[in-house]
Amino acid sequence: MGGTPTDLKLIDENGRRLDGRMPDEMRPLKIEAGVLKRADGSAYVEWGLNKVMAAVYGPRECHPRHMQNPERALVQCHYNMASFSVDDRKRPGPDRRSHEISKIISEALTHVVFTEYFPRTSIDVYIEVLQANAGTRCAGLTAASVALADAGVPMRDIVASCAAGKVADTIVLDLGKEEDNFGQADIPVGYVPRTGEIVLLQMDGDLTNEEFDKGLHMAVEACKKISDLQRDALKRRYSARTQDTEIGSTERSEAV
Amino acid sequence: MQSSDSKESVREVVVPGELLAISSKKAGIGTYSEGGKIFASQLGIKTVRPDSISVVPLAGQYIPVRGDLVVGKIVDVGASNWLVDINSPYPSPLHVNEVPWRVEFGETRKFMTVGDIVLLMIVGVDETKRIQVSMQEHGLRKLTGGMVMEISPSKVPRVIGKNGSMIQMLKNMTSCRIYVGQNGRIWIDGELDSIVKAVHAIRMIEDEAHSQGLTEKVKILLEKSSGTGA
Amino acid sequence: MAKDIVADLKRDYISKLLAKGQRVDGRRFDEMRPLTIETNFIGSAEGSARVKLGNTDVVVGVKLIAGEPFPDTPNTGVLTTNAELIPMASDTFESGPPDQESIEVARVIDRGIREGHAVDMTKLCMVPGKEVWIMFVDVHVLDYDGNLFDAANIGANAAFKGTIVPAKRAGKGEDYPLPVLHQPISITAVKIDGKILVDPTHDEERVADARLTAATIENGNLCAMQKGLHGAFTMEEVFKVVEISRRIGAEVRSKL
Repeated sequence: MGGTPTDLKLIDENGRRLDGRMPDEMRPLKIEAGVLKRADGSAYVEWGLNKVMAAVYGPRECHPRHMQNPERALVQCHYNMASFSVDDRKRPGPDRRSHEISKIISEALTHVVFTEYFPRTSIDVYIEVLQANAGTRCAGLTAASVALADAGVPMRDIVASCAAGKVADTIVLDLGKEEDNFGQADIPVGYVPRTGEIVLLQMDGDLTNEEFDKGLHMAVEACKKISDLQRDALKRRYSARTQDTEIGSTERSEAV
Repeated sequence: MQSSDSKESVREVVVPGELLAISSKKAGIGTYSEGGKIFASQLGIKTVRPDSISVVPLAGQYIPVRGDLVVGKIVDVGASNWLVDINSPYPSPLHVNEVPWRVEFGETRKFMTVGDIVLLMIVGVDETKRIQVSMQEHGLRKLTGGMVMEISPSKVPRVIGKNGSMIQMLKNMTSCRIYVGQNGRIWIDGELDSIVKAVHAIRMIEDEAHSQGLTEKVKILLEKSSGTGA
Repeated sequence: MAKDIVADLKRDYISKLLAKGQRVDGRRFDEMRPLTIETNFIGSAEGSARVKLGNTDVVVGVKLIAGEPFPDTPNTGVLTTNAELIPMASDTFESGPPDQESIEVARVIDRGIREGHAVDMTKLCMVPGKEVWIMFVDVHVLDYDGNLFDAANIGANAAFKGTIVPAKRAGKGEDYPLPVLHQPISITAVKIDGKILVDPTHDEERVADARLTAATIENGNLCAMQKGLHGAFTMEEVFKVVEISRRIGAEVRSKL
């Protein structure tokens, strides 16, 4: 959050933002489920210029063993940015920012996963940002939720995530890179559509109560739309029809 | 519990959090209930039965159930047990008391070693998901010869088929012995060319588990490869 | 780790098929898996490519940053190669600093590029003795099914083709295409039961006795080689691999 260079018009006379969007418009978002072979579940998200891949392994044996929880699964997220994902090459390896984002995403997902079904295990979620353009933690959480469902991990719901912010004294949805760099506030939100619960929330900048209220509502509305895209991505993976006679029963038949 | 009416056409793919029914029916596998409503907890096929609503998962780890037949792999050997990988988040110790031989303390390696493939039964699962396996039931043993392949455990019912119809067809048309473990591991033995045929057929079943006319497609694949070699 | 213990039966199956001249996936011994290449995949990088070789999926990003030259080559750009074998790609990869495997992959790819003179590094000098372009080649593995050497090498070559040197951003004139001189293509083979198999899958790598990577350039000359794993090759086998590498390298090069 810094001062704006004088020639940068974040919002023009017609209320349009740098990329032509109106304040309440999201960048184009594409989600694809089941894109990797080895991982138990995966999802790929293209959101504006962001390109994010998420993969899930687990539930599986928890290592290191001393971290095991005897009653629940541990949801461990590892968020990482590829060195070529940003204009100024980033040194490989997690930095403090990645650790923080990993933690808050782990916490968001832990709330919806039925961790009690898998004591002593770990559910490992990997988020790789291949190309970054602001909002990568939201894109990452959105992708990670889809990857968890793709992996067959039992959950109460699929978490959707989007950010709102303030730019040129206007509350806007889904900040782009310049808006994130030169704007006045940023509010990433993680939302459980079915229950309306907020599982990820951060804020930095300068907001009045009314502005925050407006921003949070805006982000939540966007999350509802994102939730539709997430569900659609998963269903598309299995879009062929299924017939009763083909599916067989769920009985544990003998097969010897 | 048998599947219902065989003429029912479209099965719905549902995702976690999706509302399945407002009902007092039992919330079966792949679902959870809250406030008189039943929701899906897993990605899968919605399945409505007279007394319950469940979701047959399209993916997920193998969670051992007592009575399951599994194909395991020995990954470690102790003085009085072997550690078996049953393709599950939970490692399973196979104790010397649970094998058909008399094994002296420290002699375990003489009977089975790391890398061996075994046919076992799940005899116990406690609340913390500690697993007990056994080789004592009739037919259970160390498997020699043949090969082992892995499929997603959620696709096992498809490979077995309704009343075992699919697995029977596979066995007949390839003349192979095939053991399908509930844990997604499948042991196949026979002529090498027949094994290759069976592997192709099972991969096709895994890839197209949710589509129509699969039995027919598999039949055609098996008939086709009966020609000249691979 | 327990997961990576190859069952004897799997090893036997591979051997039995080999004895009949077959591979598990039906390929000929000297056949590569299906190859797809997508260039300029990452906008934030100066050059990039995504390569799928069978089920192995890698992204290679090229970043050019201004920096100091090495004292012994004051008028030459600097090449540095890094490989991230991230846990997303395989349950056999662990998080943390690069292990021996990722370092070997990076160095072998680097060797091919450097010794094969893929890029005219003398044209990457801005101020002699003071400022040159540092070319970072970052390999990011998304999905792993064997043969990272070739997938990454092909990715690097494909990325170089579309790389633009960002001279403008550094205030050093107009942007210009990366000066590509050669396309050193590496082809890797493994030896199992005395048979030479090109482009090994993960299973084949795990049961192989020995592995040999050979990189050649357009005129057929060798520029880099690396033998791996615990077994050995006879001299005839080495020459055979080199000949195959030359031939298939040329085929792959034509696909770039």
